[in-house]
Amino acid sequence: MAEAVVLLDLWVSPFGQRCRIALAEKGVAYEYKEQDLDNKSPLLLQANPVHKKIPVLIHDGKPVCESLIIVQYIDEVWSDGAPLLPADPYARAQARFWGDFIDKKMERSCISNLHMNFQSLFRCELNANKSSAFCSFSMDQIYEYGTRLWKLKGEAHQEAKKEFIEILKVLEAELGDKKYFGGDAFGYVDIALVPFCPWFYTFETCGGFSVEAEAPKLVAWGKRCLERESVSKVFDDPVKVYEILKQVYGFE
Amino acid sequence: MDQQPPIPPSDLKLLGSWADSHTHRVQLALKLKGLPFQYQEEDPLRPSAALLIHNPVYKNLPVLLHRGCPVLHSIIILHFLDDTWPHHRSLLPSDPFDRATARFWSHFADDKLAPAVAAVFSSEGDGQKAAVDQVHQNLKLLELELGDGGAFGGRRFFGGDEIGFLDIVLGCGSYWLAVFEEVMEVKLVDPEAFPRFHAWLRDFEDQREVKETIPAIDKLLEYARTVRQMMLGGGATAAAGDNAASN
Repeated sequence: MAEAVVLLDLWVSPFGQRCRIALAEKGVAYEYKEQDLDNKSPLLLQANPVHKKIPVLIHDGKPVCESLIIVQYIDEVWSDGAPLLPADPYARAQARFWGDFIDKKMERSCISNLHMNFQSLFRCELNANKSSAFCSFSMDQIYEYGTRLWKLKGEAHQEAKKEFIEILKVLEAELGDKKYFGGDAFGYVDIALVPFCPWFYTFETCGGFSVEAEAPKLVAWGKRCLERESVSKVFDDPVKVYEILKQVYGFE
Repeated sequence: MDQQPPIPPSDLKLLGSWADSHTHRVQLALKLKGLPFQYQEEDPLRPSAALLIHNPVYKNLPVLLHRGCPVLHSIIILHFLDDTWPHHRSLLPSDPFDRATARFWSHFADDKLAPAVAAVFSSEGDGQKAAVDQVHQNLKLLELELGDGGAFGGRRFFGGDEIGFLDIVLGCGSYWLAVFEEVMEVKLVDPEAFPRFHAWLRDFEDQREVKETIPAIDKLLEYARTVRQMMLGGGATAAAGDNAASN
C-alpha cells in the first residue's frame, strides 16, 4: 500500500534524493510530502523531534531518520529487490566506510544550511534586491569545502579549492575503472554520492577548475548513473542549481 | 546451525590505544562475541607504518585487520563482526526498525554527545558552562528514550536484557563523564536529573566483560589530569588534548 510508506523531504535536498533513489531502485510505492523548513509541520516535528530535519521515512507509522540509515533500512526491509549493499561482509564494511566519508565531506559544504535558503527562494518573488531569501541567510553558518569556494578570497579560497579537489581525487581513486563504486551493481555508495553531482558545476565555476580534468572517471560514472531512471527522475539540472546558488549568495 | 571451525587468533588483529573509547568498543564487541584476537598498542600521536598503510585516509584508530584486510571506524567494525560471525552473539538487533533506531542513536553519541563531553574537558569559564549545559541537553534526550513511551522504554539496557550495539557505543566513552566530573569539578550525570541513564551506566559498567575491557578509573583519572595540564600549558601538546578530548 502506497500510504504505508511516506517520505518527508525537500525536493532540492541531496539527502532526500538518496532515499528517493533507493525507493525507486526497490520499486517501492510511497507518498512524497514536500516539507516547508521555514514552517516545520507537526508531522516532521513529531517524526524527528531530536534534529527536526528531513529526510524522514515513515513506514507503517514508524519514523526512520538520516538518509544513509534510511537507505540501509530500505535495503533490509525490501530485501527481495536488488540489494543495495553487497553480500560480502568486507565489501559491506568498505561500502559503509565510503558512505560515511561522503557524508563527512559533502555535508560540510553547508548543504543542510542552504535548504533554508532554497526554500525561501522558491516561496518568495525573485527580485533584483535579493530580498528576504538572502537576508535570512546567516553568515556564521558557512563552513568548509564547496561553499568556501564562493565565499573565500585569495589564499583561503585556494586552500578550499585544494581540499575539494583532494576529496574528488580520493573518490576517483576508489572508483577506479569500476562501473559503479560497488563493482557491476549500482548500490549504496553510488546512491550516497550521485545527488551531489549536479553541484559540481557550481563548485568548478566558482573554484575556477574543471571537475572533468581532475576526476574524469567520476564524471563518466555520474553520466552512467544518470542513465538509470531512479537517478534521472531526481537529478537537478546543474545550471539550475548554479543559478539558484548565485541568487542566494550573490556571487559573480 | 552450522558448526563454524575455530577462529585462529591470527585472523583478527586490532590496532588501538589503551585510553581510546572507540578501541574499547571493538575490544568489548570481540569479547562478547567470543572472538580471539591479537592486539597492538598504538600511539595516536605517532602513527605506526602499519596504521598509515591500513588507514591512509584518516590515519586514526581503531583499525581491525581481518586476515590482513583493514576495517575502519568502530561502528563499521561492529557491523562487520555481526556480518562475518552471525552465529556468534549478535550485537545489533534483528528487526530493521530497531536496527535503524540503534544506528540513529549511535550517530547521536558520536556527533552530538561526544563532542559536547570533549568540549567540557577542553574549555574553561563560560565556555565550559555552555558545554556542560549541552551535555545535559543531550543526556535529557537519552533519558526520555529510556522512559515510558521512549524507544527503549522499560529496558535495562538499550539492547534489552543484555548489552548490545548501542550499549557498547554509548557505554564505551560514558566513563569519561565520571572522570571529567572529578578532574573538571563539574556535575554531568546527576542521578536525580537523569535516573534512568545513571542506572543504565551503572549496570553497564557492572558487566563482567565491560570491567575486563575498560581501564581502571584511577588510570583514566591520571591520564585526564596529565592531558589537561598539558593543554593548559599550551603549544604542541594541545594536540594531545584534542586527542584525549575526542576519545
